Amino acid sequence: MRLAHALLALQAVTSREVAKFVRQGGRLASALVRPLLWLVVFAAGFQNVFGVSIIPPYDTYIPYQTYIVPGLLGMVLLFNGMQSSLAMVYDREMGVMRLLLTAPLPRWYLLFCKLLAGTLLSVLQAYVFLAIAALFDVDVPFGGWLYALPVLVLAGMMLGALGLLLSVHVRQLENFAGTMNFVIFPMFFISPALYPLWKLEESGARVIHFLATWNPFTHAVEAIRFALHGQVSVQSLAIVGACLVVFFLLAAWGYDPQRGMLKRTGKPG
Amino acid sequence: MPDSAREVLLSVSGVRKSYGARPALKGVDLQVCAGEFVALLGPNGAGKSTLFQLLTGLFNADAGQVQVCGHDMRVAPVSALGRIGVVFQQMTLDMDLSVEANLVFHARLHGLGPRLAAARIDDALARLGLGDRRGDRVRELSGGNRRKVELARALVHRPSVLLMDEATVGLDPASRRHLLDEVLGLRATGVGVLWASHLVDEAEAADRVLVLHRGELLAEGAPAALVQASGRASLAEAFLDMTGAGAAEPA
Repeated sequence: MRLAHALLALQAVTSREVAKFVRQGGRLASALVRPLLWLVVFAAGFQNVFGVSIIPPYDTYIPYQTYIVPGLLGMVLLFNGMQSSLAMVYDREMGVMRLLLTAPLPRWYLLFCKLLAGTLLSVLQAYVFLAIAALFDVDVPFGGWLYALPVLVLAGMMLGALGLLLSVHVRQLENFAGTMNFVIFPMFFISPALYPLWKLEESGARVIHFLATWNPFTHAVEAIRFALHGQVSVQSLAIVGACLVVFFLLAAWGYDPQRGMLKRTGKPG
Repeated sequence: MPDSAREVLLSVSGVRKSYGARPALKGVDLQVCAGEFVALLGPNGAGKSTLFQLLTGLFNADAGQVQVCGHDMRVAPVSALGRIGVVFQQMTLDMDLSVEANLVFHARLHGLGPRLAAARIDDALARLGLGDRRGDRVRELSGGNRRKVELARALVHRPSVLLMDEATVGLDPASRRHLLDEVLGLRATGVGVLWASHLVDEAEAADRVLVLHRGELLAEGAPAALVQASGRASLAEAFLDMTGAGAAEPA
């Protein structure tokens, strides 16, 4: 694979994803409405109910709005990752996917291009949300904006790779909505996005606490939380990175006509 | 049989493919040479689209080999795919992008730099009479023009082999004729064409006709030779004889 060819393909896939995003005018708004509702409405109502004690990375008591911002950033990445994979399923049903899969490039690389393009959009949306959150007095140190970038990219890629993996197994659009319900909501709610995990443990929900510790989204949220406060959670980053590798390899395997799902089903899209 | 003096561009040997217990291709052998137009004629469900999916590497055969310009699709898919252009039965254009944007997307996937891509796109659009529609969204084009865009796109990277899978489905007779004439004209450039169809009249201008039925090649030869061998008056009648009444759809 020539480097110039690889970069041209990446440019092609990214340009198409951006063009689609711009064309779908309401997509940015709908991506932001959801977390903003949580931030503005839910957090306003519950800030006196959920007391957040001093836990790392915070060195003082923080408003509830500040606590949930990393989880809501994760929510933006999670929904966008799933939406990218929904687009894969749509492209497959419409036939456009065939064009991509018959390009003279390794299939894993073509999938990687899709993943990077989707992540770019995810991260842009996450920063737009962060900017709006700042208008609601959510205090994020300036350094946090910078530190968060690589973490948002990594977390966005991990969640995008999960979406890619799901798109291997979801053959029809109508099945995708159900899959999203079974993936997005459990991942989001069984995580420290809305409340610290110690609260689960304290309330005796040991099974849910156990599931949360194994939830990749938990570690994405924690990695973002630490980064926003200029700190590094090595454990969370390592888990997110490992999940990215595993999800992407499984997705590439699934799209491989010699080994994966395509070989078994004979339905290349 | 193919002309032995010509370079073999596409070679398929012993290809088998099953969906579960149902065999779709039962050991298909075929070749397409440089500058040759080969029609793959078969009724619906004969296995043409399955064969095309194997030829384009979308999935692999259970057995057998597909080679494009000497590159094995299983061993060196990137090299093989770089030498084929494809028009699928199902449209694969992005309806909301312009004609030009669709072609640019394809050119980049094939590694063409901006300047070369622009020149090739100009050339392909002019050749197919679409120069003045380049900025139009594909959604605004007629079915015939959409197919022309797909053909232009398939030619942008100058493939050695062109694969056309039921490319005229849904087109009116004039658009069908025009598209067929354009592809027939490619013979002079040395491109080898495999044209799959269930419409017998489209095969009459071919250098060779392959008749595929229920996953097997039943006959191969020049149209006139097939008619003569069948003892019938036309290729359509010969085809009906081979595949059963009602299978063909003469134009």
